[in-house]
Amino acid sequence: MTVLRLTGVVKEHPGGVRALRGVDLVVEQGEDLAIVGPSGSGKSTLLHIMGTLDRPTRGTVELAGQDTGAMTDTELSRARARNLGFVFQQSHLVDRLTAVDNVATGLLYAGTRRRERRALAEVALERVGLAHRRTHWPSQLSGGERQRVGIARALVNRPALILADEPTGALDQATGRQVLELFGELHAEGATIALITHDPTVAATFGRRVEIRDGELLDGVVA
Amino acid sequence: MTGHLVDASALGWLGVRSRPGRSAMSALGVALGIATVLLVTGIPASGQADLDRRLSAMGADMLVAQVAALEGSTVAFPEEAAAMARRIGPVTFGSAVANLHSKVMRTPFADPNESAGISVLAATPDLVPAVRGEVATGTFLTEATRGLPAVVLGAAAARWLGLSTFDAAHPVQVFVAGERFTVVGVLAPMPLAPELEQAVFVGDEFARSHFGFDGRPTVVYLRAVESEISAVRDVLPATLAPSTPGLVSVSRPADVLAAKEATHGTFAALFLGLAGVALLVGGIGVANTMVVSVLERRREIGLRRALGARRHDVRLQFLIEAVLLSLLGGAGGTLVGMVGTVGYAALRGWPVVLPWATVAAGLAGAVVIGALAGLYPAVRASRTSPTEALAAV
Ligand SMILES: Nc1ncnc2c1ncn2[C@@H]1O[C@H](COP(=O)(O)OP(=O)(O)OP(=O)(O)O)[C@@H](O)[C@H]1O
Ligand SMILES: [Mg+2]
Repeated sequence: MTVLRLTGVVKEHPGGVRALRGVDLVVEQGEDLAIVGPSGSGKSTLLHIMGTLDRPTRGTVELAGQDTGAMTDTELSRARARNLGFVFQQSHLVDRLTAVDNVATGLLYAGTRRRERRALAEVALERVGLAHRRTHWPSQLSGGERQRVGIARALVNRPALILADEPTGALDQATGRQVLELFGELHAEGATIALITHDPTVAATFGRRVEIRDGELLDGVVA
Repeated sequence: MTGHLVDASALGWLGVRSRPGRSAMSALGVALGIATVLLVTGIPASGQADLDRRLSAMGADMLVAQVAALEGSTVAFPEEAAAMARRIGPVTFGSAVANLHSKVMRTPFADPNESAGISVLAATPDLVPAVRGEVATGTFLTEATRGLPAVVLGAAAARWLGLSTFDAAHPVQVFVAGERFTVVGVLAPMPLAPELEQAVFVGDEFARSHFGFDGRPTVVYLRAVESEISAVRDVLPATLAPSTPGLVSVSRPADVLAAKEATHGTFAALFLGLAGVALLVGGIGVANTMVVSVLERRREIGLRRALGARRHDVRLQFLIEAVLLSLLGGAGGTLVGMVGTVGYAALRGWPVVLPWATVAAGLAGAVVIGALAGLYPAVRASRTSPTEALAAV
């Protein structure tokens, strides 16, 4: 089943920068995809468009067969809340919430009831190996732990697709490797993952690799 | 839907308590405004309650009826006016006096101008309860002294005659129209009937036999059940002077006194104006805090959008945060205002009147101020593009 389909996507940023120049990309269910490319090649722009956080200047984005171009803000938001999970370079945890409450935020906009949110968050936190840090504040966690809390938050709604933008970019090598292993495990359990990185060694651990250069995809080729 | 609002409120509250110092500071303006409003309404309300209590103790149940004097003629009620007044159901006491247009002097040779302000009234023994009067020393006129040359002095009249320290054991005499009268008593002050304080009273029967008094009173005093007082007031002219009810004027001394003491009005308006300014400044303070907060929290906004928050959710979160911030100020101000009102009333020995309607209006006002102040920042937050918000540092 096709989770995501980009057809002829062009993105021009204000000021005339062409960050994407006609991208075609299909993500099938169960894939683990790495998009690799140098800085400024348009990776983040691509991820934002895949995640419906931004709309393309031209071209179409289909989520589970639905054209997102015709969707309203409410419909797009619901799609993000229920079908997508985001992991960013920074974990973006809310300082005043405990680890488990931060994870529960991933269900806040999905229409899940309060009590269930908490229970599901506990499960997700356990999945990333941080059950014992449940009631800790973000400031009490290491960088790697914070990122794992962020991953738990992205997978707590059992998304059809997890989108990750340089999730190991702010971590040292050993911690980064642990986080990558976690992605590997999640994929083994059936999650569909699209991860963006500038690091070919990170990309090497993924089943499918796509390279991006100056806003264009070179499918299947890894430099 | 309600769960949705609960979630949004929880988020708003999280925002308020994440920055407690800043929240407190920005809520201060609203707090000041609300506290002022409460003090300005609560303190006068307590003062009014105290006045009402005092008036009612002094005699809110009292009425005074007079005949409007036409030029040249001496008009008076019929002889039986007091008895007719007493026949009105709710009337509990009724009595009448007649001005004898005479002069009282300490000695036959004293300067009449010295006691010019004192009137000489013919009275009956039942006057004292009808005016809630009290005898300070001696006795009032009785059935026995009613026909004798006996006189009772009002408090002010006694002072002017130099007889304030009158002692019943050592009788003194004064002269009314050249005749010698024995002073038998002095009345205590009567704030509700100052004209009686400045009078001396002689028995009606003695006035008939020696002054040619025709028995027709000029003023009728009465007391009635307080709840029926306006009904009594309405029927009084026709009862007392069936032929000329239009000439009868009835007054309630308590009302007159209340009007005299009700002078806080202008100050209240001034303070309410100041409170309005404080509330305006408070609202601007909240708006300012929220604008800064929205700028600082762009990454949080971006994240929430990625997690599936609609523009509407973001707008609601910041709007509720502003309302809670303002409400926090409102609650603090209410507390200060109530404590201030209670404290001031206690200090003055007043009964405490907390203006609950104002408390409710104040809190509702705080919500409205918060909503207005939060509108622009909230809309701005909801319009933030998610990608730019996530890229912000
Ligand atoms: N909001 C924007 N306005 C204008 N230009 C932008 C904007 N965002 C990105 N760009 C430009 O678009 C191009 C692609 O940017 P993008 O952030 O997608 O690159 P990237 O591959 O993620 O780089 P990095 O590895 O450094 O994160 C760059 O030239 C960048 O300057
Ligand atoms: Mg990037």
